[in-house]
Amino acid sequence: MSSIISVKDMCLWYGEHQALKNVNIEIMPKSITAFIGPSGCGKSTFLKTLNRMNDLIPGVKITGDVRYEGTDIFAKEVDVNNLRKEIGMVFQKPNPFPMSIYDNVAYGPRTHGITNKVKLDEIVERALRDAAIWDEVKDRLKKNALGMSGGQQQRLCIARALAVQPKVLLMDEPTSALDPISTSRIEELVMELKENYTIVMVTHNMQQAVRVSDYTAFFLLGELVEFDKTDNIFSTPGDKRTEDYITGRFG
Amino acid sequence: MRNRFDEQLFELNREIIEMGAMCEEAIALASKALMTGDLELAYRVKANGSGIDQMERDIEGRCMKLLLHQQPVAGDLRLISAALKMITDMERIGDQAEDIAEIVTFLDGRTMEDVNLIEEMARETIQMVTSSVDAFVKKDVNLAYKVIARDDVVDDYFSKIKSSILNIIAENSSDGEFVLDLLMISKYFERIGDHATNIAEWVIYSVTGTHKEV
Repeated sequence: MSSIISVKDMCLWYGEHQALKNVNIEIMPKSITAFIGPSGCGKSTFLKTLNRMNDLIPGVKITGDVRYEGTDIFAKEVDVNNLRKEIGMVFQKPNPFPMSIYDNVAYGPRTHGITNKVKLDEIVERALRDAAIWDEVKDRLKKNALGMSGGQQQRLCIARALAVQPKVLLMDEPTSALDPISTSRIEELVMELKENYTIVMVTHNMQQAVRVSDYTAFFLLGELVEFDKTDNIFSTPGDKRTEDYITGRFG
Repeated sequence: MRNRFDEQLFELNREIIEMGAMCEEAIALASKALMTGDLELAYRVKANGSGIDQMERDIEGRCMKLLLHQQPVAGDLRLISAALKMITDMERIGDQAEDIAEIVTFLDGRTMEDVNLIEEMARETIQMVTSSVDAFVKKDVNLAYKVIARDDVVDDYFSKIKSSILNIIAENSSDGEFVLDLLMISKYFERIGDHATNIAEWVIYSVTGTHKEV
């Protein structure tokens, strides 16, 4: 099986500071990859690079090769909006728009030109079903999304990301602001989504990486120290720095 | 957090060493009882046995607690899971020493001094057990492999003893019960060698993360 995202010798600077050093990684389709590492190690920076969310930050310089389905994502002809339609993102804190549940989910499809009500209804329902929240909200789609619980808001944000039918979902600590029950619902959801989507998630919760992910990448000081099947990383890591980090000897 | 965890792992190590020492003592006592016919020694093996069983429970409890509290990964996970498996083998070693001692009490003072092979076999198995625990303490993979290799020597003793038993039967068929006891005893020693081999295999897994090929 060939990778969906392929990164070769990628470096990233914030001004003078080099935040990522020669990162090489192949993300496999329909799998869950977890990025772990201490704060400031570059994992979130790297995640955001994958759908060019760093472009907006002044002073950022990126070198190396990042390919999505074989295409260089930094090539001139690439439309960033289309790239982000293919590679969606879910953030640490649920950030629903201050509008109805329905409008939150319909927002993306509308900006991509879908106006037909029947079509939109269909997309909204499917996205909410895929995000395992349909049954909880189907009777209050017109209610403001900000009235939902944190866990529901996060699943709504996942539905919003799914509504534009991406192939890849980037998740930046998607459960760190949630209680254990909501966390476990999101974890289950993520594992279900793997059937149809490729998921890359940053997590500070090591047990979450063990439970959920197929592959784990360990970042340290801007370097991708080790990337392997999750079971290998957490039972027989190849690099001493990985072992020291996951066993809590530093970080 | 890590300091406390390290202290608990240190304690786990200490308990395994202690349990290993108890097993060594049990086999040594059983084989001495066998060679000298000293029933007092045989009874002491029995008393030792319950201590070994208790130790197994204690270590098991400690491992469960560590799994629950620390959710260990990597080397820590391998160490704790290896410990959990090893103590089962150690407990069996203790049981087999007891079984040998129990036979001694039925021998009516008859000793095995004349059967050199059993004495040599006993010495060899004690050495295997000592080395396997030693390999665990020192995380010494080479020593663990040596233990595994020694198992062939012990197996060899078992076949030799078997043929010498056949000779005894051919010469004097009226001594049936005694030679059967002899066979049982050598089988117990052979099993002890197998358990020491298992311990050595767990040491290799704990250190390297891979099992010796089956």
